[in-house]
Amino acid sequence: MRHDHIISAKQLSRADIEAVLDHAAAIAEEPGAYSDRHADTLLGMLFFEPSTRTKMSFTTAMKRLGGDIVDMGSVESSSVKKGESLADTVRVVEGYADALVLRHPMEGSAKMASEFVDVPLVNAGDGAGQHPTQTLLDLYTIRESAGFDDLTIGIMGDLKYGRTVHSLAHALTNVDARQHFVSPESLQLPRSVRYDLHQEGAEVREHTDLDEILPELDVLYVTRIQRERFPDEGEYREVAGQYQIDSETLAAAKDDLTVMHPLPRVDEIAHDVDDTDHAKYFQQAHNGVPVRMALLDLMLGGEPE
Amino acid sequence: MSDDDQQLRVSKIRNGTVIDHITGGQALNVLAILGIDGTSGESVSVAMNMPSDRLGKKDIVKVEGRELSQNEVDVLSLIAPAASINIVREYDVVEKHRVERPSMVEGVLECPNHNCITTEDEPVESRFAVVDDGVRCEYCDTIIRDNLPAHILAD
Repeated sequence: MRHDHIISAKQLSRADIEAVLDHAAAIAEEPGAYSDRHADTLLGMLFFEPSTRTKMSFTTAMKRLGGDIVDMGSVESSSVKKGESLADTVRVVEGYADALVLRHPMEGSAKMASEFVDVPLVNAGDGAGQHPTQTLLDLYTIRESAGFDDLTIGIMGDLKYGRTVHSLAHALTNVDARQHFVSPESLQLPRSVRYDLHQEGAEVREHTDLDEILPELDVLYVTRIQRERFPDEGEYREVAGQYQIDSETLAAAKDDLTVMHPLPRVDEIAHDVDDTDHAKYFQQAHNGVPVRMALLDLMLGGEPE
Repeated sequence: MSDDDQQLRVSKIRNGTVIDHITGGQALNVLAILGIDGTSGESVSVAMNMPSDRLGKKDIVKVEGRELSQNEVDVLSLIAPAASINIVREYDVVEKHRVERPSMVEGVLECPNHNCITTEDEPVESRFAVVDDGVRCEYCDTIIRDNLPAHILAD
């Protein structure tokens, strides 16, 4: 791949995306064939925020390629607690590992960290900024279930602070997609993301009501609205309640609508959706392994088949 | 009436900088960019909303004993894109140039996003790309459109 560091979905071209997804598909087909691929490789894990799926799937991916991880552990048990800067932490850990995966609560942290290291660094989420590897597995799931041609996608929930949304919206400008954004007014897309979508000439519509566009959608990407974004519990409940779906809501949707969610969900998708053919969010989470295997393999010098 | 005639209305300076053709009404923001609030004692002349053939109305700032850094000129160009800078020594203009819009400003503005990594105690300078209608943080993507002088980093 052209990029040493994976910081933002903005840096990914259609060709980059296809290269990762094609390679991921080949890996998913025959995962055992890749088990010695990176036998001596160590992946440095720097998670300054809690993570289940991203951390576990990166760990699984590295181990399934024959490598291993070195993990900073929690912030509480590390020298960060003693006041070490991020720039220092990554410069130390790059001496222990062949590549780094960083999750950090502040926007721009991955970009800054990448300027201090020579090994490849992957942004696994920087505050409300970007989450490009989530986007790659989202795209893999979309390509698998709905395809990239003539795609109508609805992205719903916390669009202001949702890093998975920001990354996905950027990446979708590379494919033939109409993007509908559904959220309360207080959680609409940030100015910077709108600016980029506008620059890319993306076809974008904003809504406060899912019903307006649900029947048109091929994919509905749901995200969690967080309690801490609202001044009080009452307002949160009222707003969040308008952006929940259940099997009844989906009666108005196309039969082949794909419902996705980066997880964890709280109650924005009712459990009765899980048993419908619409539900692809667990498959989406599973896709994190082959997609991250593909990304690591390409980053660490493997050639696509 | 020519621009030169207008300049005669405020006193000449011996050594320092004359910033002419500032967008009308922006002179106080220019002073903010230069970190001048009058308390450090330098002699400063300001003319505001003077008639100008080119701009309609323009401001002029003269600062005694001060030449501008490239960073200051870069930010100045964002709020006063037509400004010209005259360096004066012994009452003579020894250098005169127009400001140029830079593609990037570094270490001058503070990112207004409190959750941006550049606002932390990290060994990194703020960096903003100049975009169509403002500047944009190279780290967190935050766009500043209005009131740039309010975002100038304190020394």
